Amino acid sequence: MLIVDLLLALAALVTAGQCLLLPGLFRAVANLMAFGLVMALIWVRLEAPDVALAEAAIGAGITGALLLTAAGQLPASQRTLQSMASGATRWKIFIFVMVVLITGSLWMTVLALPKPGLVAEVAVVLPDSGAEHAVTAILLNLRGIDTLLEVAVMLCAVAAIWSLQKAIPPPALGDAYPGLPTLARWLHPLFLLTFSYFLWQGTHAPGGAFPAAAVLGAGGVLLLLTGSIVWMHQGAYNLLLRWLLAAGLLFFLATALSGLLMTGTLYGLPPRFASTFIIAIEVATALSIALMLMTFYLFGRPGRRL
Amino acid sequence: MRFVFTDMALTSDALYTLLGALLVAMALVSVFTARHLIRRLLALNILSSAVFLLLVVTARTSSGIDPVPHALVLTGIVVSVSTTAVVLALYLRRYRRNPPC
Amino acid sequence: MRELLGAGFIILGIPFFIASTLGLLRFPDVYARLHALTKADNVGLGLICLGLAVQANSIAVALKIVLIWGLILLASSTGATLIASSALRHGSAPRRRSDKDTHADR
Repeated sequence: MLIVDLLLALAALVTAGQCLLLPGLFRAVANLMAFGLVMALIWVRLEAPDVALAEAAIGAGITGALLLTAAGQLPASQRTLQSMASGATRWKIFIFVMVVLITGSLWMTVLALPKPGLVAEVAVVLPDSGAEHAVTAILLNLRGIDTLLEVAVMLCAVAAIWSLQKAIPPPALGDAYPGLPTLARWLHPLFLLTFSYFLWQGTHAPGGAFPAAAVLGAGGVLLLLTGSIVWMHQGAYNLLLRWLLAAGLLFFLATALSGLLMTGTLYGLPPRFASTFIIAIEVATALSIALMLMTFYLFGRPGRRL
Repeated sequence: MRFVFTDMALTSDALYTLLGALLVAMALVSVFTARHLIRRLLALNILSSAVFLLLVVTARTSSGIDPVPHALVLTGIVVSVSTTAVVLALYLRRYRRNPPC
Repeated sequence: MRELLGAGFIILGIPFFIASTLGLLRFPDVYARLHALTKADNVGLGLICLGLAVQANSIAVALKIVLIWGLILLASSTGATLIASSALRHGSAPRRRSDKDTHADR
């Protein structure tokens, strides 16, 4: 199996190197998407299936779609990416020495690190957390405050994007390429099915809110790309969109405060109701993350109203 | 047999640590030397992936797989895509063909 | 028996991938390369999926593997159409039989 690891590491290195060194914006972005897929395989080899699911949908799918759409909006003068290999020999030697130095010191440091881990501690509190799968229990109950802040960071990102410019209208692809909207429409039920399956599976097996949100967000981005979601761009629905975006965070905050009222500590869910709470938070978080991933794709504030 | 197995597990962990360290070094140097802003953004994405790789390798302890770094990495992936989206929106605000406002 | 059948299907699928990779590297223009990729990859992947499905433990897993093949067929055929029509619109015209091959003696 070491050969598989070696091949995967080599593939990751080659795609990352091509992404960083070759000229041409499109080629670099395509290499980054390939790198994301290779990383998803590496997560499977490292026994991190939750991370693999999220990386395959976000790292290879949504990031690539964002970068490619942005590249399509740029003028030709901005699309040329010079090759990194240009420059004086002395400069190249300096860069090579820097890479070797950083690699060596980091490798030595990480290999020498102690690996205490929290396996035993997590196993002790797992029965009271309301979920059988450890990663879901940590994300939504034990370290729920991290996930709460992460949803808040995403909401801040949406606010930052909205304050910059108006949304970029979707390109009219339907007339030129009739296959794409049809494919998006046909596949969307399957995206919804996968989303529900991950949510249902999340409490006892790899899956859960983040991979589910990534899959639904990717399907939504495909629909936005083909211009099938018109309401998101209309000014009349702007208020509804704002409330929907905030709903996940508000629900999360309400849960944290109800934990404070019931047990006296912020986000301390009582073990008796924990599983109900976890399912509710899981659905709310997944839906709001998926919606925010879709609003990233608008690159600005939708609607005519300011 | 058991000795061979543990030995192989060790080498594959060391291999992925080396990969993570190399990717961190390449991406870090690129972030500081690249001229084009989009290239810096790509380097930042690769840098975050490499850091996640180092974290997940650290999660493989002798007493089993530690789920806490996995949860951290899941959160980190979503935050890194948020960063990418904000940087792209800023970049488009400056360089788009027909600026909207 | 099932193991052997599955392994046979997988080994049968590998030459298709080799042929399509050769086509991707050696064919002269976008359309011919697309032809090589979509045709050969679909058959090769179908054979490999069939081999894995035969080896699977339960019917559900086998059906999931076949579903993966169907999804890839859908996505790759749509993607090939998109790339081809986009190339026809903005890029070069397809090569004709009478065109001189500039890379013939490479």
